[in-house]
Amino acid sequence: MPMNAAEIEKMITDAMPDARVEIRDLAGDGDHYAAVVVSEAFRGKSRVQQHQMVYSALQGKMGGTLHALALQTSAPEA
Amino acid sequence: MSDAQQSIENTVKSQDVVLFMKGTKQFPQCGFSAQVVQILEYVGADYTDVNVLEDMDIREGVKEYSNWPTIPQLYIKGEFVGGCDIVREMFQAGELQQMFTDNGIAVKNTESA
Repeated sequence: MPMNAAEIEKMITDAMPDARVEIRDLAGDGDHYAAVVVSEAFRGKSRVQQHQMVYSALQGKMGGTLHALALQTSAPEA
Repeated sequence: MSDAQQSIENTVKSQDVVLFMKGTKQFPQCGFSAQVVQILEYVGADYTDVNVLEDMDIREGVKEYSNWPTIPQLYIKGEFVGGCDIVREMFQAGELQQMFTDNGIAVKNTESA
């Protein structure tokens, strides 16, 4: 079952309450998304660590239920 | 350590640049894998491709090895660099090319496209 964008956004903000999340449905099929996540929690972390934080917020759905989520993460600009 | 973990470790420790991907560099079978191939070809770094579709133990094992849920996965000198999005961002920022150079790996193009 594909996930809807609101569900993805909620899982991320549940784990990272300050996160600003923008999700786009790339193919209109509910299965290929692009997400931009901006959170203070990313500051000082490497890109791999930042993406891992989002993946852990998605509780194992990434790579399974969620086949395609293009991810861009950053800390808010100071 | 399981056989798959041991085999993955041997591969990434014995080769300078390894891409675990779906399909082969000549024939990628997933858009994300294809993007990373395109970037590596453009940069002109020599790399080894491992087709995870041919081995279910490697396909699942590499996710465990790196604690990373998706494929492709790029390794430079035994170190996990990232998946498609990270490789693309690094490439666009010139960081990927820098990383190759810093590790003594020859590249053709040091500029991003």
